[in-house]
Amino acid sequence: MKVSLFITCVSDIVFADVGKNTVELLERLGCEVDFPAAQTCCGQPAYNSGYLSEAKKAMKQMIKAFKDSEYVVGPSGSCVGMLREYPNVFKGDPEWEQPAIDLANKSYEVTQFIVDVLGITDVGSTFEGRVTYHPSCHMTRILGVKEAPTKLLKNVKGIDFVELPVKEDCCGFGGTFAVKNADISGEMVKEKSRHVSETEAEYLVGGDMGCLMNIGGRMRREGKNVKVMHITEILNTHVKEQGGVTA
Amino acid sequence: MSIKISEAPYKERIGKGIDNDFMRQAVSSAQGRFRNGRLTQAEELGNWEDWRQLGEEIRSHTLENIDYYLYQLSEEVEKRGGNVFFAETAEEANTYIENVVKKKNAKKVVKTKSMVTEEIGLNKTLEEIGAEVVESDLGEWILQLDEDPPSHIVTPALHKNRQQIKNTFQDKKGYDKSDTPEELASFAREQLRQDFLTADVGITGCNFAIAESGSVTLVTNEGNAEMVTSLPDTQISVMGMERLVPTWEDMEVLVSLLTRAAVGQKLTSYITTITGTRLEEEIDGPDDYHLVIVDNGRSKILGTEFQSALHCIRCAACINVCPVYRHVGGHAYNSIYPGPIGAVLTPLLDGYEDHKELPYTSSLCAACTEACPVKIPLHEQLIRHREIIVEEEKKSPASEKIMMKGFAQWASNPAAYKLSTKVARTALKPWTKDEYVENGPGPLKGWTDVRDFPAPAKQSFRSWWNKRQKGGEA
Repeated sequence: MKVSLFITCVSDIVFADVGKNTVELLERLGCEVDFPAAQTCCGQPAYNSGYLSEAKKAMKQMIKAFKDSEYVVGPSGSCVGMLREYPNVFKGDPEWEQPAIDLANKSYEVTQFIVDVLGITDVGSTFEGRVTYHPSCHMTRILGVKEAPTKLLKNVKGIDFVELPVKEDCCGFGGTFAVKNADISGEMVKEKSRHVSETEAEYLVGGDMGCLMNIGGRMRREGKNVKVMHITEILNTHVKEQGGVTA
Repeated sequence: MSIKISEAPYKERIGKGIDNDFMRQAVSSAQGRFRNGRLTQAEELGNWEDWRQLGEEIRSHTLENIDYYLYQLSEEVEKRGGNVFFAETAEEANTYIENVVKKKNAKKVVKTKSMVTEEIGLNKTLEEIGAEVVESDLGEWILQLDEDPPSHIVTPALHKNRQQIKNTFQDKKGYDKSDTPEELASFAREQLRQDFLTADVGITGCNFAIAESGSVTLVTNEGNAEMVTSLPDTQISVMGMERLVPTWEDMEVLVSLLTRAAVGQKLTSYITTITGTRLEEEIDGPDDYHLVIVDNGRSKILGTEFQSALHCIRCAACINVCPVYRHVGGHAYNSIYPGPIGAVLTPLLDGYEDHKELPYTSSLCAACTEACPVKIPLHEQLIRHREIIVEEEKKSPASEKIMMKGFAQWASNPAAYKLSTKVARTALKPWTKDEYVENGPGPLKGWTDVRDFPAPAKQSFRSWWNKRQKGGEA
């Protein structure tokens, strides 16, 4: 299966390892991965701030970049959620509406793609440690992916999975919200950090680097010893020794 | 009071909310109770999504045909001896009600809880002509004694704890007992009983007006609406023009959604109905009944992309799940309609000038949209507001405009974008220590005030990819 990686700007620039893990994971699951170099940012920072015409410029670039892709897969529920909104953004636009629909229809968040398209729920990885998972708001509520990440996580051998209390609460990231309303965002992330501590987890895992950068940044500030990991990093751990992948 | 509750600037209000530990504790525990209650009730019902769908259909059908149903409602009320007044503005509504009260020579008016009378500032108007106005909903009564605005649309005194309530009763009413809820409530009951018995006019709000019979229904847990509507012989109901349903059957669906979504109740304690005056063949009912239907900016919302905001049944489910509300409290919104629905409605009813920050007082987590029992896409409407503020009202900050213009150029130009992936790390280097920025410059400052910011990777993903393609893992 041919898959184009949608790296997301945050992971491209700040969290390059997330991209490497995503590529390796998809390849191991039998996908042929390519990386359209013309991709940039999904446009969400401008879109969510009300700068529709600025957002559209980014969106058009993304539509062009992935024009020839069969599947577009990205390691972020929020950014993929944005791609899925493109048809609403370009509704009624004679030139861009159809290409926007085409992109939305072939775009998947990586765990969603593994579970729903590849039909795999156990990727054969092993991970020792106490892990909790933050289900990011846009992954669950905008994209509608609620089950796939935890399904995959719970099938990781050796994992000690613990539910995060009030996990559905926003961590306070919200893109430009974290800068524009930094004080409110700060209170929200402090609360999230408290909930993470209640689990006594050694690892906080999530599917959106924006949220993880926020929670991780707060936990570091508090001197907490919790390691933050993107879900693909766990799903790509100690796999070579384990061999096969089961559906 | 009107929609706006103070002149304090935005940042000051937010800061005051965040610093109020008592309030935050009270709000947080109430939110937890309401939220869990709603989820339990939704689960017990089994097909909550079908109910939401039905609720949305009823509301959207009503709004699509609002002219028809308002006409039907007014005809039915008049058939049953009532008077109907359509008020285009708050002033018109207040003047009409003021005249009714004057004509009765009324000294005392008792009220049920009503957000629309808060919105139009009715109490102040009546007090100015010398009438004593008594709020009979316990929460509203506490706030009235304390001269404090509501901070929540269902539980208006949510921000107060019982010690504070006891102090208010002591200071304003000479209360000398404990702060147990039983004693506090019993005191309020004794006090209010006298007011019910001596009031000349009863004023009610309206949860749902029913077009087919010209009735106004009120949902309460305290039974105060029973007292307000059955004792004074002059009755006035005040409703926002959208707060009606075609039939009793529709009302039943919406009340089922309302009580579950609001406080996790399967049933409310009381549904009080008022239908016109006492007719000749009837044994009870008021001598004089007035229904005041308030527009006050609502009709301008009809036919716009915000029309579904008028579907709101004032359950506050969106407020009860909102993490922003939890940390800043209701007063920070500076509107009698706080939380996500308030952030959507307030600029529509009262303009952007005084409320331009409200649509941004949300992380767009969409918990509100998910909770809404009539499926208002609240977070999407917040984004629409932002678009209007930026593109039509031109009220966004200049620095932000420049940044967004830069963003558009960066994100639409792969070469510029690629360059940024190469230089980002170097650009942040002066502020970076141990792979993190702890004191960021410019827009990063707000971020690093509470949390660290990771330094860009030593090698961007695309650079790793390119090397890998050329052979040899980098």
